[in-house]
Amino acid sequence: MTRRWLRTTRKLMLTPLLLLAAFPVRAEELLVYTALEDDEIPGYMELFKKSHAGIEVKIVRDSTGIITAKLLAEKDNPQADVVWGTAATSLMLFDQAGMIEPYAPKGLDKVRPFMRDGNAVPHWVGIKAWETGFCVNTVEMEAKKLPVPKSYADLVNPVYKGHLVMPNPASSGTGYLTVSAILQLMGEEKGWAYLDKLHGNMSSYTHSGSKPCKMAGAGETEIGISFAYRGFMQKKKGEPVVTVFPSEGSGWDVEANALIKKAKVKESAKTFLDWAIGAEVMAAYAKVYPVTAYATGAPVPEGYPAEPEKQLIKNDFSWAASNRARILDEWSRRYDGKSEAKK
Amino acid sequence: MPEGGLATEASTAPAAANAHGGFWARVDGERWVKRLLIVALCLWLVVVLVLPVLQLLVKSLADDQGGFVGLAHYAKYFNSPNLFVSLRNSLVVAVLTTLLSVGLGFGYAYALARTTLFGRGLLKGIAMMPLFAPTLLNGIALIYLFGRKGLVTTGMFGLLPGVDIGIYGPVGIVIAETLYAFPQAVLILVIALKMTDARLYEAAQSLGASPLRIFFTVTLPGVRFGLMSAVFVCFILSFTDFGAPKVIGGNYSVLATDIYKQVIGQQNFSMGAVVSVVLLIPALLAFIADRLVQRRQVAAFAARSVPLVPRPNPRRDAFFLAYCWLIGGVIGIFYLTALFASLVKVWPYQLELGLWHYHFSGTGGGGYGAFWNSLRMSAHSALWGTAITFLAAYLIEKTRQLHGLRQLAYFLSLAPLALPGMVIGLAYIFFFNARGWDIAGVFVANPFNWLYATMAILVLCNIVHFFSVSFLTATTALKQMDREFETVSASMGVPFTKTLVRVTVPVCLPAILEIGMYYFVNSMATVSAVIFLYSADLPLASVAVANMDDAGDTANACAMSMLIVAANILIRLMYGASTSGIRRRSQAWLTR
Repeated sequence: MTRRWLRTTRKLMLTPLLLLAAFPVRAEELLVYTALEDDEIPGYMELFKKSHAGIEVKIVRDSTGIITAKLLAEKDNPQADVVWGTAATSLMLFDQAGMIEPYAPKGLDKVRPFMRDGNAVPHWVGIKAWETGFCVNTVEMEAKKLPVPKSYADLVNPVYKGHLVMPNPASSGTGYLTVSAILQLMGEEKGWAYLDKLHGNMSSYTHSGSKPCKMAGAGETEIGISFAYRGFMQKKKGEPVVTVFPSEGSGWDVEANALIKKAKVKESAKTFLDWAIGAEVMAAYAKVYPVTAYATGAPVPEGYPAEPEKQLIKNDFSWAASNRARILDEWSRRYDGKSEAKK
Repeated sequence: MPEGGLATEASTAPAAANAHGGFWARVDGERWVKRLLIVALCLWLVVVLVLPVLQLLVKSLADDQGGFVGLAHYAKYFNSPNLFVSLRNSLVVAVLTTLLSVGLGFGYAYALARTTLFGRGLLKGIAMMPLFAPTLLNGIALIYLFGRKGLVTTGMFGLLPGVDIGIYGPVGIVIAETLYAFPQAVLILVIALKMTDARLYEAAQSLGASPLRIFFTVTLPGVRFGLMSAVFVCFILSFTDFGAPKVIGGNYSVLATDIYKQVIGQQNFSMGAVVSVVLLIPALLAFIADRLVQRRQVAAFAARSVPLVPRPNPRRDAFFLAYCWLIGGVIGIFYLTALFASLVKVWPYQLELGLWHYHFSGTGGGGYGAFWNSLRMSAHSALWGTAITFLAAYLIEKTRQLHGLRQLAYFLSLAPLALPGMVIGLAYIFFFNARGWDIAGVFVANPFNWLYATMAILVLCNIVHFFSVSFLTATTALKQMDREFETVSASMGVPFTKTLVRVTVPVCLPAILEIGMYYFVNSMATVSAVIFLYSADLPLASVAVANMDDAGDTANACAMSMLIVAANILIRLMYGASTSGIRRRSQAWLTR
């Protein structure tokens, strides 16, 4: 009786041990880090699975800031094989840290120059551009008799006080590209003066770039500074949101891919990078994003300006990347934590 | 004490040696086994606790390349105005939360312990609800109640006049933290209020003291240790919690969210380490103060004490009935609102009910895979945690060897009480992901590196995070067992392992199950420690709640929290059912 009980106990104690031991030794698989939106990935991955049944891909998705932090944290012992669809300004940071293995994926010659790194064997290759858009809740705006803002300049109008939410640029890629666009458009001095005023209207800063838009969709704010794709998707879900492109031009960044430098670079990693700029998936990107690595001939997705590239500001990426730390420091010094919550 | 213990061993040994040949060999063997186990326990505590915290301290003194920069980070941090704002905010939140949760909790505990209130079991259950949920859920539920489009703000979507209390910021944080700390205060205070000598009250009454006077001269002094403990616990919890301020804090920054911003937002690990150390200091002070106070508590409840049995008192009971159901009702409304919100299609515009948000398609966090991982992780934590904790308590409490080391192990076992989850999580990253260390010019490779990004490190982290309370539970249970069991068994030549398995463990089974449940429930709900540690392969449900809320998918975050709560309630019910059975059988020896 006791002995049987003992044996059972021993078995019970051993099972988790075996489970634990089984963990690190899995069949070789491809680990992909990405900051693409959660609702985009399943569609793309279906395409990948169809053409590459033999490769098992494991996706780690998080917002730009977190993916960047994760990769930098693992610098000495990188886990990811490939970075897919993550801000070029972040990839430049990895590049500075010597974490990227240059690679020229198949079909590179088609990629437009502004969508890739300048090296002959590029350190990163873009897939599409994402851009600032304001998500505006029409129901709440009407209820409060507020005009729909058309430009950055409109946003500092005192009538919007407490009705704005934007992402914290320190953690959100969307937040940073918007701040960097404002500083590039207006010049640093005027840009900071503008941001000071904007801060006066802001009810809160969020961690991720999509949250302001989702808050607008749920009526928790009237206007969320976010990115265009998110606005269209929330509308599709039935939320009363319109997406506004600021008339001065949208801040933007390239969602790009890179190969991570590891002791052993997997062949399948290169296969994945080839596929990620291939015609098939590019057409899928183009369904929801108007500016892709190369023209696909697809019509501009509904809601975007007819000439989507004109909406994008003239963006100096190397400036944005090399000044990132300084700008974020200054931003945090001015706005982070100093503000009390507003009613 | 150790001398006394050894003397007992020595005096019983010869008698036994006469009866059994070769006994000395075995006894010596046993002693060595015990010594070995104690050393192993100490080593384990050093590796999982001391070294990671040291590594954190070192990290706060180094730049990102690992070069030593002394106190430069601290200087930078203390020169920034943000620190004082966050520190002040954290303190304000913690003090208000402590006052509210201990104040409200005292009344509630008083009702549970000292009145003959109707439905005390149910009331206790409701009060414990917040223990089962991630603290993020408190924030989320607040948004659905008091946010711009919350039930209260809009007056049930326009049915009633609404009121906006400005929930984003300190108001929201304090409400959410109070909800979080309340059950802890109640738990501690109920025990304190029950451990009271009825004779004191009889004496006071016979001397003609008024009820008010009795309250201030007998009741309050009687529970002062429990009260202080509750104050310290609530203070530490609300000072270090990160879930609620993250969701509902708006622009009101606190230290815990600062760490998150530094590490996750700005990839500044050294600065994260600095803020962790700043966060650690007040928690450590509270811990030391609590220990000092508790040391003075000797035998408040002596063997001759008569337990106080509450007697009915209609007016008092009616008051407490209203009081408790008011608070219980508020807690109930919180979680019912969260449940409702998780089922609404598009809050507040399309109020159809359904399971859309439980599909987790098109949202981050890992969906049901994450939920499954959390279940697995919590089961492992419960199993291994209970085994290690109980063994640790047994070795410290029931062996006679290596007195100094056992003292050390005892101290280390209580130390996690002072460690905020985020500090543990961050320390674990630094320690377990380090390649190795340069010690006096010699590179020593990290033998634990393989643990990084595995299930094992998450389990280890949970065990350490929740070690102290479990350890105290085990120690209390073991203390209730007479030492005679061990002495007699040893004198009869029974190996200590056999006594442990056949006597000690069965007798302590209720406590063991309680420890297991405690580990499980907390591992399911915790966010703070694991948010830095979980790996790509192993998303977790509680972290998924944080990530989905971050991305703005609040309804999905709410749905995932509901799954966590459901799993925990299920475990709690299973625990209740199994203990009532076991208690009857294994504790039969207590009744005659």
